[in-house]
Amino acid sequence: MAAKRQSLILTTLLAPVTLFLGVFFLLPLMIIALFSLLTPGLYGGVEWTFYHWNYGRIFGWADGLMEIYEPIYLLILMRSLGFAAMTVVLCLILCYPVAFWVSRLPNRWRLFCLFLITLPFFSSLIVRLYAWLLILKPSGILNTVLMGTGVITEPLEILYTPVAVVLGMVYVMVPFMFLPLYSAVDNLDRALVEASMDLGATRVQTFIKVILPQTLPGILGGAVIVFIPSVGNFIVPDVLGGAKGLMIGNLVEQQFLSARNWPFGSALSMIVMAVVLTVLLSSMTFARRRGGQNA
Amino acid sequence: MALLEIRKARREFVTPEGGRLAALDGVDLDVGANEFVTLLGPSGCGKTTLLRAIAGFETLDAGSITLDGADLAVLPPFRRPVNTVFQSYALFSHMTVARNVGYALEVRGEDRATRGRAVGEALEKVGLSSMGSRKPNQLSGGQRQRVALARAIIGKPRLLLLDEPLSALDRNLRQQMQIELKTLQNTLGIAFVFVTHDQEEALTMSDRIVVMRAGRIEQIGSPRDIYRHPKNRFVAEFIGETNLFALTVDRIEGPCALATTPEGLELALPVGTTKPGDKVLAVLRPADFVLSDQGIAAKVTKAVYLGSDLHIFAQPTTGGAEIRITARDSAAAPKPGDLVHLTYDPAAPHVLEAA
Repeated sequence: MAAKRQSLILTTLLAPVTLFLGVFFLLPLMIIALFSLLTPGLYGGVEWTFYHWNYGRIFGWADGLMEIYEPIYLLILMRSLGFAAMTVVLCLILCYPVAFWVSRLPNRWRLFCLFLITLPFFSSLIVRLYAWLLILKPSGILNTVLMGTGVITEPLEILYTPVAVVLGMVYVMVPFMFLPLYSAVDNLDRALVEASMDLGATRVQTFIKVILPQTLPGILGGAVIVFIPSVGNFIVPDVLGGAKGLMIGNLVEQQFLSARNWPFGSALSMIVMAVVLTVLLSSMTFARRRGGQNA
Repeated sequence: MALLEIRKARREFVTPEGGRLAALDGVDLDVGANEFVTLLGPSGCGKTTLLRAIAGFETLDAGSITLDGADLAVLPPFRRPVNTVFQSYALFSHMTVARNVGYALEVRGEDRATRGRAVGEALEKVGLSSMGSRKPNQLSGGQRQRVALARAIIGKPRLLLLDEPLSALDRNLRQQMQIELKTLQNTLGIAFVFVTHDQEEALTMSDRIVVMRAGRIEQIGSPRDIYRHPKNRFVAEFIGETNLFALTVDRIEGPCALATTPEGLELALPVGTTKPGDKVLAVLRPADFVLSDQGIAAKVTKAVYLGSDLHIFAQPTTGGAEIRITARDSAAAPKPGDLVHLTYDPAAPHVLEAA
């Protein structure tokens, strides 16, 4: 009786989120999956006939008759993965020492620092990215300062390059890396570090053999949270990227909004999703095998 | 020359209120090779700070620590021939038991075969031979304790530091581990410095006990010394159950000094250096008293059953503080409300100068 009642309460509590995710996440996902196998309509939309050339255009079995194979799509996907990986690594390098430093501050300052980390969320992403535009453009703040101080004579061309895109993505993603990392570092038992040094491990050995594995869940968590939205990011390359900074997200956006080829956009989306899922699953497997109860 | 020599060790901390607090305030201590020394004191007395200073996790503000005549201050923790068993055990949860135990050899660059052999021996010493492939979270508290011990002794340190290692264990296991630790220390021939706030633990295991309070050493001595001849009131009260009597010496009669409490209770004490008019403190342990048909008259207020023994609280009819007595339990044992008489060997009281 009590168990039945409990399961009724649980069902009632879980129903809203299940319904919400079902209607606004699962259903659209299935539509995308379906569309990726349909014929593009002439002016957008789809024709309800099976069509595998959307994938053929990307992977190379398009024979030039219905669709043309272009290696550029896979190249852009690779580039997106590269940008995302770079973003992850840079965020990690930036955040790891800071997380350590913050976790050792007195309580009051620690809370203040955590507040500072969340400060960017108080203003619009677009506004913040346009600020980077002002900083990076040839006559922007960065170049003015560097030339004014005589460090460089010619303005640096950073804007509309891959450097600008990765810079922008790192800027956007740093808080997402910092928070899981901070939580892992803050939970690290100081006694473990002391035990390691006590047993004769140098600082470097202690870092590699104890601190890194102990904070691995935080590192992986941060990496996944940064990597996934970075791969599909289209706003940062849109504002800062130019032609050379184009990413797979921009391509999908263009297919839906400009080229009006929904099935092709859907096919690209499915591929991005497959890649992201692979990364997610393998990192979870890695964590489970590696950390035991830590994962 | 002693193995470990600590001279005038001083360490101050800044309190949250901005004041300065000396966790170590001029500590001198020698530890001999193969000696089991216990640092005993209430929390905040500086015993853990002293241990951490020996391990290298605290830097002294003044004073020195030498091991085999070599100054330890210049050595980082990982270069000191000293290992620690931590209170929380601090086992590496991402490693197996075997890798935990072999960690000291691993970071030293020993090859796999040497490590495997040493790990096997160390695990055998603590009775965990079959547990090598488990993770620490698959072990009980007592087993974790043994892993921490095996891990700390595998590198053959000159000195093993133990920071309240038994405090998380239940009573039976704690008593068993006390004996095992002492045995292990004898077979290994390593000096142990053991920190505890549990006086019973200190009495059971130590060759010498160092009683600390507020950053200073109150007394150093063998367990019997500390128990029978406490140097001052603090030590007398901290170690074991104690009856303390504040007395004024009235007169000397042969080998006895007769003294009375403000309430008028008269006690016979060993003369020692006392003379009439002196104010003294007499320490009498509960087991010093014998139930008799003469002597101090007292009314039993409480009788606590402890198995073979009975702990009796009795109020002297003259007034003053209750006296605690340990007696054998029997059918004739006194009950609350009974009037009893107490005697003791007049040589038994330990006399302190009243501070």
